Amino acid sequence: MSTAALPMAARAGRARLRRRLRKIAFALSVAVIVSPAILVFFWMLSLSLKNEIDNLAYPPVFIPDPPTLRNFVQVFAENSMGLYFWNSIVVSGFATLIALAVGIPAGYGIARAQAHKLTVLVLIARMTPALSYLIPLFMVFQFLGLNNTLTALVITHLVITVPIVVYIMAGHFETLPKELEEACQIDGGSVWTSFRYVALPLARPGIVVGTILAFIFSWNNFVFGAVLAGRATRTLPAAVYNVLTFEQLAWGPLAAAALVVTVPVLLLTIVIQKEIVVGLTHGGVKA
Amino acid sequence: MTTAAAAQPGFLARRHRSYYLFIVPALVVVGAVIIFPWLFTAWMSAFDWKIGTAAHFVGFDNYTGLATNQRFLESIVHTFYFTALAVVVPLILGLVAALIFHREFPFRGVLRGVFTMPMMATPVAVALVWTMMFHPQQGVLNYLLSIVGLPPSLWVYSPTWVIPSLVLVEIWHWTPLVMLIVLGGLAALPTEPYESARLDGASEWQLFRYITLPLVAPFLVVAAVIRTIDALKAFDTIYVISQGGPGTASETINIYLYLQAFAFYNVGNASAVVVVFFVIILALALLLLYVRQRAKWTG
Repeated sequence: MSTAALPMAARAGRARLRRRLRKIAFALSVAVIVSPAILVFFWMLSLSLKNEIDNLAYPPVFIPDPPTLRNFVQVFAENSMGLYFWNSIVVSGFATLIALAVGIPAGYGIARAQAHKLTVLVLIARMTPALSYLIPLFMVFQFLGLNNTLTALVITHLVITVPIVVYIMAGHFETLPKELEEACQIDGGSVWTSFRYVALPLARPGIVVGTILAFIFSWNNFVFGAVLAGRATRTLPAAVYNVLTFEQLAWGPLAAAALVVTVPVLLLTIVIQKEIVVGLTHGGVKA
Repeated sequence: MTTAAAAQPGFLARRHRSYYLFIVPALVVVGAVIIFPWLFTAWMSAFDWKIGTAAHFVGFDNYTGLATNQRFLESIVHTFYFTALAVVVPLILGLVAALIFHREFPFRGVLRGVFTMPMMATPVAVALVWTMMFHPQQGVLNYLLSIVGLPPSLWVYSPTWVIPSLVLVEIWHWTPLVMLIVLGGLAALPTEPYESARLDGASEWQLFRYITLPLVAPFLVVAAVIRTIDALKAFDTIYVISQGGPGTASETINIYLYLQAFAFYNVGNASAVVVVFFVIILALALLLLYVRQRAKWTG
């Protein structure tokens, strides 16, 4: 009796041990895949909060002690980061607003007229390198004397914002039931009335997603600002790049500037966690 | 009855026409900022044209010039090398990460959020932090290598290692997107095949190899298409971190193109590069879509 129970207990113990080992291995693999993201963002934060001596120390100092906000003060005071932040808000803001004004009706039209072939344009636009827009638009702006203006930047950023808004809105209107609009039209409402008073209010969630994605993609764009903007009209990414070229080794201010650009985007991302994939694969193929 | 049926198509056609009116404003904008530039680019590519000088019509000379342009041809090789690595590695890592996040475990939501953060971060900001991390003397990466007993690397300062180093940034940035696409596929998997396979005594590896992998394959192809397009077009991180250097060791088509257009103001030649570049992107995307189509037919 006791001799038979012993191996069984031992086997149960070994199974428990194996389960525990497997659990530890799984926890380790989670740690391994998450750590690169944590390392880079932590390092960005750490550099931005340390003084220059600690930033250049070897071995590196990980925890800022004492933490300082001097780098942030410096980029705002000496590199006019405030102005560039405002430029970015104006450019991305207007580019997004215009995209919403033309893109929401277009999405509705595509969904209701079943004009899906038009979304192929979105796909091709996504595949086209940004410079294929930039070179011709640069020439046109030069001809019109618009280079170095925020207007030129807003127009160029439409290349980013319009396709994404159209794509998101077409997909969203597609999911709304037609019956309500048809009821409205049978009661004598025009197509416009049924859009304005029936479909549009129902599309609010789609509009939120489209707005945030368009704003983020425009905000993150670097090359348009780098080419088209002058000293006073740079957007944030172009301005941050300029901090790099002129102060090669001022790591603290650089990291502070990088943080100032990225934080608004990361905050917006939290709002639309689930829809990001649709945004990033837009025009690509539906999964 | 017959009159109503006759009236129906006309009514529908009229309504369809008014729906098309909704698209007009967007088409005007798209025509101005997207389609016009395409046409203008194609037109410019037929000229010997430097900004500030007169343009000369040269027909296809820009294209034939590119065919023998050593620097341009090398940039194609760099682009393919970069793209191959920047597609394959994120696909493998993204699949592994998706299998991990498909399981239930404590703090899964938060950890997934952290894992996907790189995807939306501003590329220039990401590139700046990596530039500092790559620094051979004071960079944190060489310190981390020294901790695990590996010799320091020159990273982006070495002609041999610059492209793999840039790919490292790309992997960090975009593996989360592959993970999310595959995760979407895993969520849609049926449970029955697993149950019957388990009853038949299949191992975990066999379950993965013969059930999971074929079922998520279409999602992997979608991720591959997206990744290929984005890797071919990668610009921000390469430009900020290495500017195509050292020398021209990491000069991709996009970087070459940028320099032609906005450092040398050679817009005729740059336009020809754009056209060739677009054809390359289109060809690879269509090839992958064709693979996807075939996978669907057989699967």
